Amino acid sequence: MRVPLSWLREYCDPPLTTAEIGDRLAMTGTEPERIEHFGVPSADGFVIGKVLEAEQHPNADRLRVCRVDDGNGSRTIVCGAPNVAAGQTVALALPGAVMPGGQRLGEAKLRGVVSSGMILAEDEVGVGEDHNGIMVLPDELRAGAPLLEYLTIFDDVLDLEVEPNRPDCLSVYGVARELHAVTGAPLAADPTGEDAVASGDDSVADHASVEIADPDVCPRFTARVFDGVHVGPSPLWLKARLAAAGQRSISNVVDITNYVMLLTGQPLHAFDLDEVRGRRIVVRRARDGERMVTLDGVERTFDSSMALVCDAEGPSGVAGIMGGRVSEVSERTTRVLMEAATWVGPNVLQSSARLGLRSEASTRFEKQLHPEQALAAQRLAARLMVELCGARMAPGTIDEYPGRAEPRVVALRHRRIGALLGTEIPRAEVEAILGRLSFATVPTEAGFDVTVPPFRDADVQREADLIEEIARIHGLERLPATLPARRHAVGRLTPAQRVRRRVEDALRDRGLCEVVAYSFTAPDTLARLRLEEGTLAVGNPLSEDASVMRPLLLPGLLGAAARNAARGRPGVALFESAHVYRPGEAAEPPPLAAASVPADEHHHVAALLTRSAPGTWRRPALAADYFAAKGLVEAMLGSLGITFSAEPAQRPFLHPGRSAAVTSGGEELGWIGELHPAVAREWDVGEAAAFELDLETLAELAPAAAGYRDVTTLPPVLQDIAVVVPESVSAAEVDAAVRRGAGDLLSETTLFDVYRGEQVGEGNRSLALRLEFRAPDRTLTDDDVAGLRGQIERELETIGGRLRA
Amino acid sequence: MPEASTQRRLEELASEAQGAVAGAAGAPELEEARVRFLGRRSELTSLLRSIGSLPPEERGPVGQAANAVRVRLEALIAERQDALDGAALEARLADDRVDVTLPGDPAQPVGHLHLITQTRRDIEDVFLGLGFSVVEGPEVEWDYYNFTALNMPPAHPARALQDTFYFSDEVLLRTHTSPMQVRAMEAHEPPLYIVVPGKVYRRDSDATHTPMFHQVEGLAVDEDITLGDLRGVLLEFARAIFGAERDIRLRAGYFPFTEPSVEVDVSCFVCAGTGFATGGSRCSLCRGSGWIEILGAGMIDPNVYGFVAERGYDPERVQGFAFGMGIERIAMLKHGVPDLRLFFENDVRFLEQFG
Ligand SMILES: [Zn+2]
Repeated sequence: MRVPLSWLREYCDPPLTTAEIGDRLAMTGTEPERIEHFGVPSADGFVIGKVLEAEQHPNADRLRVCRVDDGNGSRTIVCGAPNVAAGQTVALALPGAVMPGGQRLGEAKLRGVVSSGMILAEDEVGVGEDHNGIMVLPDELRAGAPLLEYLTIFDDVLDLEVEPNRPDCLSVYGVARELHAVTGAPLAADPTGEDAVASGDDSVADHASVEIADPDVCPRFTARVFDGVHVGPSPLWLKARLAAAGQRSISNVVDITNYVMLLTGQPLHAFDLDEVRGRRIVVRRARDGERMVTLDGVERTFDSSMALVCDAEGPSGVAGIMGGRVSEVSERTTRVLMEAATWVGPNVLQSSARLGLRSEASTRFEKQLHPEQALAAQRLAARLMVELCGARMAPGTIDEYPGRAEPRVVALRHRRIGALLGTEIPRAEVEAILGRLSFATVPTEAGFDVTVPPFRDADVQREADLIEEIARIHGLERLPATLPARRHAVGRLTPAQRVRRRVEDALRDRGLCEVVAYSFTAPDTLARLRLEEGTLAVGNPLSEDASVMRPLLLPGLLGAAARNAARGRPGVALFESAHVYRPGEAAEPPPLAAASVPADEHHHVAALLTRSAPGTWRRPALAADYFAAKGLVEAMLGSLGITFSAEPAQRPFLHPGRSAAVTSGGEELGWIGELHPAVAREWDVGEAAAFELDLETLAELAPAAAGYRDVTTLPPVLQDIAVVVPESVSAAEVDAAVRRGAGDLLSETTLFDVYRGEQVGEGNRSLALRLEFRAPDRTLTDDDVAGLRGQIERELETIGGRLRA
Repeated sequence: MPEASTQRRLEELASEAQGAVAGAAGAPELEEARVRFLGRRSELTSLLRSIGSLPPEERGPVGQAANAVRVRLEALIAERQDALDGAALEARLADDRVDVTLPGDPAQPVGHLHLITQTRRDIEDVFLGLGFSVVEGPEVEWDYYNFTALNMPPAHPARALQDTFYFSDEVLLRTHTSPMQVRAMEAHEPPLYIVVPGKVYRRDSDATHTPMFHQVEGLAVDEDITLGDLRGVLLEFARAIFGAERDIRLRAGYFPFTEPSVEVDVSCFVCAGTGFATGGSRCSLCRGSGWIEILGAGMIDPNVYGFVAERGYDPERVQGFAFGMGIERIAMLKHGVPDLRLFFENDVRFLEQFG
C-alpha cells in the first residue's frame, strides 16, 4: 500500500518526519517496505505564474513567446503548447528547478529567443500522463506562490507491507487511524461522514433494481444512481493524489472509485447504467463454463464456485475482483450506477486464485471487509460524483443486506492482560489504548465489554485479539525479559539425535565435506541411475528438473561432485545426512487419523568419494574404490559400536562385482560400492565409490553404552597364521572358519595381508591373519594356543582351505 | 730385572700405549695397538706371566703396578673405541642426506560440516541449555498440520503468503516447521518445551529465495508462560548466537497461529546498534536502523489449542509461545554470507570455510 505523506497528514499529522512515522508504524505491525519519493526532487523553483502575453515566435510556427508574471516580475518563456494563452494561470519551473529526471533547468535560447523557465504540462512533473498542453490552473491562485501549495509535485510515499489481517490499513484513512493510535496525534473527521444531497422527485428504484440470488456469496450490495454525469479528465489534485499512490488516472468517474477505495479501503465499481441490460443487477454464482470479457480485455471462463454481478442478460462483472467490458464507463456515459458491495473473503480469494486474476479490489475483499463500510464509501463517492462530474444523485440507495452484521462485543478480563503479557497495564491505560483504536469500552467487574469497530471486525473477535491490540500500542519494547519457570522440562538430545551427530562428526573427522542438496530431483536422474522405483511426484513443481522427491541421497552427491569437477575440483569426498522420500501407504489424513504421516520418509546418511587420498611425490594416490568407502563405513559404525557385515549384493547403479549390502543384527542398513562406470560417466565424475545407509536403523542398532572388556589384567597371546584358500572363498568365510576352530579363547582377528603367487598355486590366495587369544581367568601360554591349531585347520578344510606352514 | 727398572719399564709402556691409542685413526689401528700392548705376546702380558719368577718380596709391588697399567690401557682403548664409533656414525649420517626443500606430506584432509548443520547445532545447543528438547517431523506433510490446525483453514488469506508445493489436495511439502506444533502437542501433554529444526519448502526461486531452506521452530507451553518469557528466552538466544552485548526488540507482527504476534530484531552486531559504521557512514548490515530482523514469534493462538483440546491444552489453563527462524538467515548474518544460493551449490571452496 503506497501512502503519500501529504495525503496521510491531511488526516493525522504528528510532529514526526516521514522516516520516524515509518519507524513507529513498523513497531506496531505495519512495516514500510521502503520510503519512496514522488515527483520532483525539490519543490524549489516551481511556482504559480500568470501569462501576460503569448505571441507567435518570430522564427518558429509552433512556438509562442510568452511574458509571464512569476510574482517577482515578468520573464520571457518560450512555450510549445498549443493551448497557451494570455490570461492563464499556469505552473512554472524557473531556471534552477530540478525536473523529475534530475536535469536542472537553465536559461535556453530557442530559435533565437532566450527562454528563462518553462510552463509545465502535467506529465513534466509526474502528476499525470497528459502532454497535449500545459496545465491551466484556477485564476484565484497568486502569482509567485509555491506550486506545491496547490499541487502535489513533491512528496514522500510510504510503501507499507500490510499484513493480511489488517485490510483497514489498505487505506489512507485507515493508516491515519493507526498513526493516531500509535502517536496520539489528533485524527481528522472520517471523510465518509458527510453524504451528498440528492435532488429530484424520482427514486433510485425507478432507475435500477438489484437482486441477490445467492446470499451466501454476498452479504450486502448497495447501489446509487447518478445522471447528468460529465465524464472527463479528473482535476489535477486528484490526478496528483492517484499518481503519488501509484494509480493511473483514467476518467473522473473511474478515478473517484479508485480514490474512495484508496482513502477508505472499500472498493467500488461504476457501471454505465445504460449498458446494464434491463437496468437490473442480479448477484449470483456463475454457471459452469459461463464467460465474460473483463475490463483488462481478457475473456474469462467461470465455474459455480465464483460469484458474478450480472444484468438481465448475463455477466457484467466478477464479484469483488473486476468489472466487465460490457458495462464499462466511457466518454459517452451519462448515467452511472455506483456499486459498493461486501463479498465473502475466502470466496474472493479462491476465485481470484482460480482465475489467476488479482486486483486492488480483490486484495481488499479477500481479507473480508465489513458490510458497514459499503455505505460509508457510497457517501464519499456521491459527494465527489456531484462535485467533480456535475452529476445529479437520484434519491435513495438500493441496499440489499442479507448478511446483516451487528457490532461485535468482546469481553475482556483485565487479569488476562497481565497473565499473558507478563506485565501489568493499568485499567485506565487499557481503556485509553482501546479508545485510540476506535474500540468502545463499557467497564465490567472483570474488565471491559469492548465493541469492535466494523473496519477491525475480521481481525478482532476474541479476548486474545484485544490483548494483542493493547500490547502493541502499549509498546512491546516495554515488556520485561523473563525466563519460564520450567518446572518439569529438561532439555536433552535423544539417543537417535546423538547418533546422528556422531555419524556426521565421524565422517567430518575422516576428511569429508558435508553437502546439502535439494530434496527434489529430475525423473531423468533416476533413469540415469537405472532406477525404476516409484517416486513421490510434486504436483506443481518449479521445473521438470525438480519434480520428484529423491528416494536416495546419491543423486545430490553426484550433482555436487560433478559441479565441483566442472569448477576445477575433480577429486572430492562428500557426504550428506538428510531425508529421502517414497510414496507412503495410503493413510487416513488427520484429524481422522491423528499423527499419521503421508509419505514414507527416512533419514539417510550417504557419502561419495571421487578421491580417497591424493598422490604426492613419494606416494601414489589412493583410488576412490570400494575399500575406501568401506573404510569410512567401518570408522562410522565403529564409532557407534555397531558391528556389520558386507556381503556381495547388486544395485543397478553400482559395479556388479564391487558392491555390497551392509547388514547388522539381521537388518539391512544400506549399501557400499563403486559406481558403475556407465553411471559415473553420466555425471562425468570418473572413478567413484559411495555408500548410503539408513540412519534411523543405525540409531536403533547403536548400543546405548559400550560394555567394559578387561584388556590389562591378563596379557593376550598373539599368533600369526596364513590361510591358503581358493579365490572363491571370501575373507569373511575364512574369518568365520578360524573363529569356529579357535573357539572362545580367540578374542580378535586382524587380516593384514593378501598374497597371490606361485607359492600358493593358481586360483588360490593366501590370507595372513593376526589372532589375539585371551582367557578371562588365566594367563594363556603358547602351548594353550598351539593346541587350537589343529581345530582351526580342520575348520578351514571344510571351506577348502589349509594353513600355510 | 731389578724392581726399579721394571717399574720404569711399565711407565714407559703405559706412555707408549697411551700415545698409540690416542693416535689410532680408525678401528684397525686401534686393534693393532690393543694387540701390541695387551695381546698375548705383548710385553705387558709377558711381564705379568713372569711375575712368578721374581723374588717373593718384589712379586707384590710389580704385580700391582703391571695390573694397574693393564686396567688403565683397557679403559683407554674402550674410550677410544666409543669415540671412533661415534665419529663413524656421524660420518655415515652426514652422507645420508635428503632434499629438505621438497614438500612435506600433505596434512590429513580436515572435513567440514555444512554451515547449515553447524548453525542448526549451535541453535539446538542454546535451547537444550534453556531446557528445550529437540524434535523432528516429516517434510511431506498433511495440509491439516501445515495450515488447518494452525488456524489457517482453506481459503485463509495467509495461505497465499506461502507458495506451496502440493502432492494432492491433502498432502504438501511443509512450508514451515510449525506443523510440529500440533503434532508435538498431540504426542505430549503440557508442559511442553521443544525446538524443531528441519527443511521447509516454498515454491519460490530467485536471488533471495530458494525452494528449500531450513527453519527452527520453538514452542513452550506451560501454565504461566508470558510474552515476557518469550522476550527473555529469545534474548538469551540472541546473545548466545550473536554476542553477549546484543539486545533484542519485539515489533508487532502477524501470524495466523499466534496472538499476539511479534517480529523480533536483534541489535546490529556490526555497528553495535548505532546504525553507523566506523568512519560514520551508514551501516550496511542493518541499513542504518541499528536492528536486524531475525525471527517471528508470538503467543500461541487459542484456536490452535482447540485442535488438541483432548490432550489437555485448554487455553484457560495453559498458555505458551512459539517462534520460528530461518537457519540460513542466522548463518548469513553471523558469517557474512552474501547469497542464499551458496548454501545449496555445494562448492567445496565454500564448504571448506566453515564447520
Ligand atoms: Zn548496523
